[in-house]
Amino acid sequence: MDKTINITLKIWRQKNPKTKGNFETYPLKNISIESSFLEMLDILNEQLIHEGKEPVVFDHDCREGICGMCSLYVNGHPHGPDEDVTTCQLHMRKFKDGATITVEPWRSAGFPVIRDLMVDRTAFDKIIQAGGYVSVNTGGVPDANSIPISKINADEAMDSASCIGCGACVAACKNASAMLFVSAKVSQLALLPQGRIEAAHRAKAMVAKMDELGFGNCTNTGACEAECPKNISISNIARLNREFLTAKIKD
Amino acid sequence: MWLLQSSIGKKLIMSISGLFLLVFLLLHMSVNFVSIISGEAYNEACHFMGTNIFVQIMVPVLAAGFVIHIIYACVLTLQNQKARGSDKYASSSKTKVPWASKNMFVLGIIVLGFLGMHLMHFWTKMQLSEWLGEEQALGYTLVSALFKNPLYAVLYLVWIWALWFHLTHGFWSAFQTIGLNNGKWIPRLKVIAYIYATVIAVGFTIIPIFFWLVPGK
Amino acid sequence: MTTINSKIPEGKLSEKWSEYKSHQKLVNPANKRRLDVIVVGTGLAGGAAAASLGELGFNVLNFCIQDSPRRAHSIAAQGGINAAKNYQNDGDSIYRLFYDTIKGGDYRAREANVYRLAEVSGNIIDQCVAQGVPFAREYGGLLDNRSFGGAQVSRTFYAKGQTGQQLLLGAYSALSRQVQNGTVKLYTRYEMLDIVLIDGRARGIIVRNLTTGKLERFAAHAVVIATGGYGNTFFLSTNAMGSNGSAAWQCYKKGAYFANPCFAQIHPTCIPVHGEFQSKLTLMSESLRNDGRIWVPKNKEDAEAIRAGKLKPTQIKEENRDYYLERRYPAFGNLVPRDVASRAAKERCDAGYGVGSTGLAVYLDFSDAIKRLGVKTVEARYGNLFQMYEKIVDENPYETPMMIYPAIHYTMGGIWVDYELQTSIPGLFAAGEANFSDHGANRLGASALMQGLADGYFVLPYTIQNYLADQIQVPRFSTSLPEFEAAEKAINDKIHKLMNIKGKRSVDNIHKQLGLIMWEFVGMGRNKEGLQTALKEIKEVKREFWSNVRIPGSGSDLNTEMEKALRLADFIEIGELMAYDALHREESCGGHFREEYQTEDGEALRDDRKFSYVACWKYTGDDKEPELLKEDLNYEYIKVQQRNYKS
Repeated sequence: MDKTINITLKIWRQKNPKTKGNFETYPLKNISIESSFLEMLDILNEQLIHEGKEPVVFDHDCREGICGMCSLYVNGHPHGPDEDVTTCQLHMRKFKDGATITVEPWRSAGFPVIRDLMVDRTAFDKIIQAGGYVSVNTGGVPDANSIPISKINADEAMDSASCIGCGACVAACKNASAMLFVSAKVSQLALLPQGRIEAAHRAKAMVAKMDELGFGNCTNTGACEAECPKNISISNIARLNREFLTAKIKD
Repeated sequence: MWLLQSSIGKKLIMSISGLFLLVFLLLHMSVNFVSIISGEAYNEACHFMGTNIFVQIMVPVLAAGFVIHIIYACVLTLQNQKARGSDKYASSSKTKVPWASKNMFVLGIIVLGFLGMHLMHFWTKMQLSEWLGEEQALGYTLVSALFKNPLYAVLYLVWIWALWFHLTHGFWSAFQTIGLNNGKWIPRLKVIAYIYATVIAVGFTIIPIFFWLVPGK
Repeated sequence: MTTINSKIPEGKLSEKWSEYKSHQKLVNPANKRRLDVIVVGTGLAGGAAAASLGELGFNVLNFCIQDSPRRAHSIAAQGGINAAKNYQNDGDSIYRLFYDTIKGGDYRAREANVYRLAEVSGNIIDQCVAQGVPFAREYGGLLDNRSFGGAQVSRTFYAKGQTGQQLLLGAYSALSRQVQNGTVKLYTRYEMLDIVLIDGRARGIIVRNLTTGKLERFAAHAVVIATGGYGNTFFLSTNAMGSNGSAAWQCYKKGAYFANPCFAQIHPTCIPVHGEFQSKLTLMSESLRNDGRIWVPKNKEDAEAIRAGKLKPTQIKEENRDYYLERRYPAFGNLVPRDVASRAAKERCDAGYGVGSTGLAVYLDFSDAIKRLGVKTVEARYGNLFQMYEKIVDENPYETPMMIYPAIHYTMGGIWVDYELQTSIPGLFAAGEANFSDHGANRLGASALMQGLADGYFVLPYTIQNYLADQIQVPRFSTSLPEFEAAEKAINDKIHKLMNIKGKRSVDNIHKQLGLIMWEFVGMGRNKEGLQTALKEIKEVKREFWSNVRIPGSGSDLNTEMEKALRLADFIEIGELMAYDALHREESCGGHFREEYQTEDGEALRDDRKFSYVACWKYTGDDKEPELLKEDLNYEYIKVQQRNYKS
């Protein structure tokens, strides 16, 4: 039989964006260490429903670490104490028997709480809408192999593109800066000839939108990189700064 | 104006003014070193700094550098506080980042506090008085007298090490903000930052220790 | 009796699509602005369709249940996307991709649709590259390909192990551009609960705003459903937690035919189930079968010792390993199609050779690949998959073989559509996994992404115009029409009813019960008796659900349990229809394996004489037997054969 542990959960409960929230404490017994963190929350919710209480609301979807829907600030870490994973891939074997686990929503003015642990991340969509694309319509594009791209650039673009838009960078940053998210998209497209054409406009438009939406100013602490489940590097931020500044100076 | 309005523009101002101050620190330290070598030479250097035209022009520029760096530090910090939102995390952050990077503002305040004292003790008596045509104190005498005061020496050391922390982050961060950085250079610049900060800190530390240990001076 | 008209254009197979496009009706630019199109879903099909329709100038309303269009479950596809580019000069062609897809689908797909799919496959790659999708490249700067199950050529384009993510982000960026341009309006955290018909045509939808819990109405000239598959009927599947069949099911209940519901794909390479609290199954990309070798112990004693934890897989000598896919299918080996690989794994485990603590797992071994290619190359190809495996299972696949087992992954069945992707309800279109069209009884690896994007970028934006061209005189509908009133009232009643059950069991608890029935009787191996049992037991689940479910909170507020309950209510009925369809199809083909119909050596035995048709089910009322309509499949260009992956 699997090893099990007993834990105490301190979970942020908040009815809606306007009301004040507070922590509730829930003891949980016999949680298999093989279960994932979200499966553990499922068990809690099953228990709450059984007691006639409302379950804890949290965002989650694919549960394989790619959709970027799950969030949660667990014991002082966005996505919890394991490295390079999202909360859905965090497993209970990372916690000790008898542990108290504090679970909070992402905290940032840019991500208001909707309910309990669920936050509103539409700000990220708005930033992408400001310029996170190559302006091509469907059809009428050249053959895929007509422009060779060096493997080094393609691979680096892929590394930047692996951002899942979860918002852990903002949640981890003491300034609630969205620079890692924005720079990942700007970098991906700046590294490819297809995206290069609009690179200057893109950097300016996306940064302007990011500022407008009230994200903080990057102070290069590197917290975003440390907590990013997809290991996006802050070298992307340097590239964004470079793209932005050269674009502005050229104007 | 993008420089004053955009986040990256404001940070560019922080970065450029910071880099400027980095250069100043290096110069300041070099001049200080002269005091160890020879009191006379030091006095001469002080006199030069007090009268040379170029230096006179640079003084207000330097002051402006400080003021801009400080004002923007305040502006950015306030904005960042606001961006964090009204609800704070209950659990303290366990994210592994260098301590200095999270505490640049506090470190800056410590550095600033000393700067005030420092200006009062030295600058008013050495450069300002020269400008006002008053009789200025001889730099060497002033330095040697002050550093004999243990309280001042301890404060000086606190300041130096706050500065050390401030520089370990500030140095590479300035390059990062200008965009002069990439995957390869991030670790290199961090190492250079430590070397630079240490050179500055050790350089400034040697002087009070020297005056402390060598009673004849 | 209703007849099925699939509207396949006349002419030679290879010319049908261009002929169609040359003669179809189009809408002029000034009129496009006046036409509203609702697109439900933002995955590869929905996102690409919304973006493309927006680019054309239509006024698009795009809905998704997630907080952002970028989170649609297309994002989880790992391995790649097929396209007949023949960049590798290994003999690929449109015809060969077409042929492989029909054959892989066990001759249960429509020729004309599949040919069109193969035809536009190349355009998809061009489009994605132009969008800035960072596909893997060779050192020379050109695109790299890998091989995939069911094909003898390398035609799969990939972006690390995150191809679905990159393609979806490409579509998402195109969509975002249209949102910025004002042609697409996005509604995130909205769930479609019903479709509204006016004079027999699809004219709008009723949605629940998931953040407020309020119902809202939207009207349009046409509605596109791109809401994915219904694999979560099984509770445990590789689908996302929110993936559901409700939008499609509501269309069915309003008169759209549901085609081949029993064709569900079981994916052979998933991480095995580890406990009853498990919420979902994680897929490991099929591309792993390129270099990994699948085996179980040759001797039962060894398998037993492994299950008891007394023996490690690495301690089993080469001669005592049974590489059963290589043994049974020498020509394709570990790269046989998914259904074949899945059944072979089940066969070995049922025979007592399974490994893992449950005995429901087989090994996928990379030790040969590591010897041959070196750790570095293996890491470059599969590094992120290995890392994912290690995070979940806590074992290092570089050192010990992975354990895998089949799981429900994709549903080939779905809303019936004609050549234009229009359902049997005029004005209602279905794209991507939500429709039934291109994969027959089994989908080949790396073809789902191809189909979703083909539908969204290159098919629907054309075919929908053929319908909309006749709608330019139709003014915008008011959402206070009685049809909208009635639809909203019906949903309110349903929600009210659910809230008032106040039973004892949670939604998930009942869903798990349904899942077990489905896996046991409507899973990898089906038989008459089992399916009849399933039908009985599903009815029981339905009764239990409607009398004993407990939903806390309020029906008119954010309520995740209510969301799940509404979906489960439909899953139960979908499960029933799946069993019903599986029972009627007395043959084995692709993902549908009836134990009574197999060859002597255990391969699927089709009955082309009796079952070479698409089973279209028509809703006739609650608790009434649905009506079966048949769309005959006539193969003019392909010789129908017994699938053979042996030689």
